[in-house]
Amino acid sequence: MTKAEIIDRTYEKVGFSKKEATDVVEATFDIIKNHLEKGEKVKISGFGNFIVNSKSPRKGRNPQTGEEIIIAGRKVLTFKPSQILKQSLNNSPSPSSSSSSSTSS
Amino acid sequence: MTKRDLIDEVNRRFPHLSRFDSEVIINTIFGSMVDAMEREERIEIRGFGSFVVKHRRARGGRNPKTGAIVSVSAKRVPFFKVGKELRQRVNNEQPDHEDSQ
Repeated sequence: MTKAEIIDRTYEKVGFSKKEATDVVEATFDIIKNHLEKGEKVKISGFGNFIVNSKSPRKGRNPQTGEEIIIAGRKVLTFKPSQILKQSLNNSPSPSSSSSSSTSS
Repeated sequence: MTKRDLIDEVNRRFPHLSRFDSEVIINTIFGSMVDAMEREERIEIRGFGSFVVKHRRARGGRNPKTGAIVSVSAKRVPFFKVGKELRQRVNNEQPDHEDSQ
């Protein structure tokens, strides 16, 4: 699935133009990115949380030369899926295997 | 920022939309992504990142409190990989190319 397909789905759901659907979907991701860039958490209930974590600098080694180097501290983005998303992935039948009907035995 | 804040901000950018419209759109965006993951379809959003569903095999585990052996059944877990542009922006790096319109 790409952004184009997400746009199609919103376009089908709400009755306005394709152009407008495109603008709103683009704006949505734009807004999320702007907040993450500021280091803010973005929590989407039913989907998951996007969290910016700070990594402190640490020592590493170039495995080829054995040379010790400092790996700089940096900020990384992690996604924590919501309980609801995890459940919906495990309650719906898997398309690749037909042996997923044993939830509790 | 919560989903509610996101809806409010979308609504501010598009004042002619009703609050209900904005809500429906945001829910449709994430709903269609959940549907795709249920179908185990890979989702790729340029400039943001990609979502894939990984399979975890059944394994034996232990209740850390009691030490009792429990079986953990096979499951599917969503996995997000941040895209290059967003990874750089989060880390306050200068993006090395702009692919915005």
